[in-house]
Amino acid sequence: MTETNEIEKEKEKWEANILKDAAQNERQKSFRNLSDIEIRRLYTPNDIKDLDYANYLGFPGQYPFTRGAYPNMYRGRLWTMRQFAGFGTAKQTNQRYKFLLEHGTTGLSVAFSLHTIYGVEADDDKALGEVGKEGVSIDTLKDMEVLFEGINLSKISTSMTINAPASILLAMYIVVAEKQGHTPDQLRGTIQNDILKEYIAQKSWIFPPEPSMRLIIDTIEYCAKYVPQWYSISISGYHIREAGSTAVQELAFTLADGFGYVEAALERGLDIDDFAPRLSFFFNSHNNFFEEVCKYRAARRIWAKRMKNKYGAKKPESMRLRFHTQTAGVSLTAQEPENNIVRVTLQALSSILGGTQSLHTNSFDEALCLPTEKAVKIALRTQQIIAHESGITDTVDPLAGSYYVEWLTNKMEEEAEIYFEKIEELGGVIPAIQANFFQKEIANASYKYQKEVENQEKTIIAVNRFIQTEQTTTPLLKIDEKIAEEQVNNLNKVKQERDNEKLKEKLEKLKEAAKSTENLMPYIIDAVREYASAGEIINVLKHVFGVYIEDSIF
Amino acid sequence: MTEKRKIKVLVCKPGLDGHDRGAKVLARALRDAGMEVIYTGIHQTPDDVVNTVIQEDPDAVMLSMLSGSHNAICPVIMQKLKEQNIDDVLVAVGGIIPDEDKPFLEKHGLKGFHGPGTDLKTIVEFVQNNLKR
Repeated sequence: MTETNEIEKEKEKWEANILKDAAQNERQKSFRNLSDIEIRRLYTPNDIKDLDYANYLGFPGQYPFTRGAYPNMYRGRLWTMRQFAGFGTAKQTNQRYKFLLEHGTTGLSVAFSLHTIYGVEADDDKALGEVGKEGVSIDTLKDMEVLFEGINLSKISTSMTINAPASILLAMYIVVAEKQGHTPDQLRGTIQNDILKEYIAQKSWIFPPEPSMRLIIDTIEYCAKYVPQWYSISISGYHIREAGSTAVQELAFTLADGFGYVEAALERGLDIDDFAPRLSFFFNSHNNFFEEVCKYRAARRIWAKRMKNKYGAKKPESMRLRFHTQTAGVSLTAQEPENNIVRVTLQALSSILGGTQSLHTNSFDEALCLPTEKAVKIALRTQQIIAHESGITDTVDPLAGSYYVEWLTNKMEEEAEIYFEKIEELGGVIPAIQANFFQKEIANASYKYQKEVENQEKTIIAVNRFIQTEQTTTPLLKIDEKIAEEQVNNLNKVKQERDNEKLKEKLEKLKEAAKSTENLMPYIIDAVREYASAGEIINVLKHVFGVYIEDSIF
Repeated sequence: MTEKRKIKVLVCKPGLDGHDRGAKVLARALRDAGMEVIYTGIHQTPDDVVNTVIQEDPDAVMLSMLSGSHNAICPVIMQKLKEQNIDDVLVAVGGIIPDEDKPFLEKHGLKGFHGPGTDLKTIVEFVQNNLKR
């Protein structure tokens, strides 16, 4: 206590004698981060005087995991360098994967075409102009076989950004691996499988919340039993942030979604310690460096406390939050795109200092197009330079103990707790979605951000400050319009060659199971094995589950 | 028409893409500039867009497209509007539209092409200055 008073006294002296007029002579009236938290001029031990080391920080790999998910972090194993990639046909994307693997990427990450994400076939009217444009076009198992041709699925981990049809793509992955001679228990990877944030932000939903949650819990249950090394869900804040939320909102809404899944799985009767270790998270890394670092540290602590205290987890693995990070796509500028390399480097660094388990660094040209080979190589090299040249990976959680970092970590946690209370008052995550709570919060935050950029309260170099007028050209990756035709031909060929009678029977069984409460995974695997398209399976399920309709608020 | 009549704008997200941050921010900016704004929501087919235009009779239609499907979808929308004899509505597309695609889209009667980093004020003024009625 006396020490605290001493510091306070010394600080007052410093303010009077040393700081003096400088306090009135600062570049801004107040300094605020992207969550609108006011940042003080200086932090001292007094700002964290209640911080009890053992309870708040502890040791890495140990409750409450603030200092890291694993005991020796990057001294043991570096994060997985996982570049999200997919475009055109399976054959083209297979070549991109091989390019990435040749250059040292350590995990795969599949970007699917919008028609696959939305569960319609390549020749559906709704797929007009979309096939292969934003990701790889996948209709059937045949496409997945081509996608992973020559890649040993027992040796690599694969993340698949797929949500409403996640169970179908996981089923295809399991069958491709089986055809390569591998058993499901050898497979490592993730399906995103996070429908709550689709309603909140990313909007690639198909079914209403209730049956969607059922499908997710089906995959969680199935993986816990048969694909034990697989992360059955990647609870994602990335898209919430990209849609315009603040860092605090990203933190709070993502963890709230996580609580939602935990509660749904417990309701199914699953044991928390059977499934919780296979939950994973996915966060964004935006421009404000320390805010991001503290967001990750706070996330681990909040999750650990909840899992232990509220949900009764016993195993430490159930309390350990592991996460993937992607640098903020929304922060990339079309103006002077080379500057994005620097933005991405800083964002990558904050996620590493925040203890990420896996990382995607955006390519500098992504405000304009899907990345060219040159751009994606620089993005990967950025990670490798941080990992192998900077020395940042030599010690665990090097920012711990910084008065500012610990204060801000606490502050992020407090602000998130305020949101958890609000969400609880609304009756939980799904009622809050139905009341458009998250959607409104995000729309307000994104509009505010845009106004601040336009009023120059927030600076974006070469966009609203230091603007260059000269036009530069960036080589763009073009996706051939003929891809759609090629994909439709592939699909038609599969439909001719498969045993349509047998498939019809499998789809009929799936439909019956969908009407019951049985786990659908085995039925989906059976249908996929007979080369059902994702669109056909989705149609069967739509028939039973119905479709989601969103309020178009702004 | 009296000066008091508000400009009516339809903000649309055609195609399967769900990234509607830009569309929503734009919708608010147009509203704050005194316009009457209708936001269609996502997943709009060309028929959906045209049907809404028939029902709402907007002065301008703003298409927000980020997924690269603009060359396939926009000409279909323009064709269907033409079939309905709708030729006095400003139709603009913005989002991620590569420079090299602009002449093709212009030939089909589309305008705008506002990309990432555009000031909202610029788009508001664009609407005010390019109305066809």
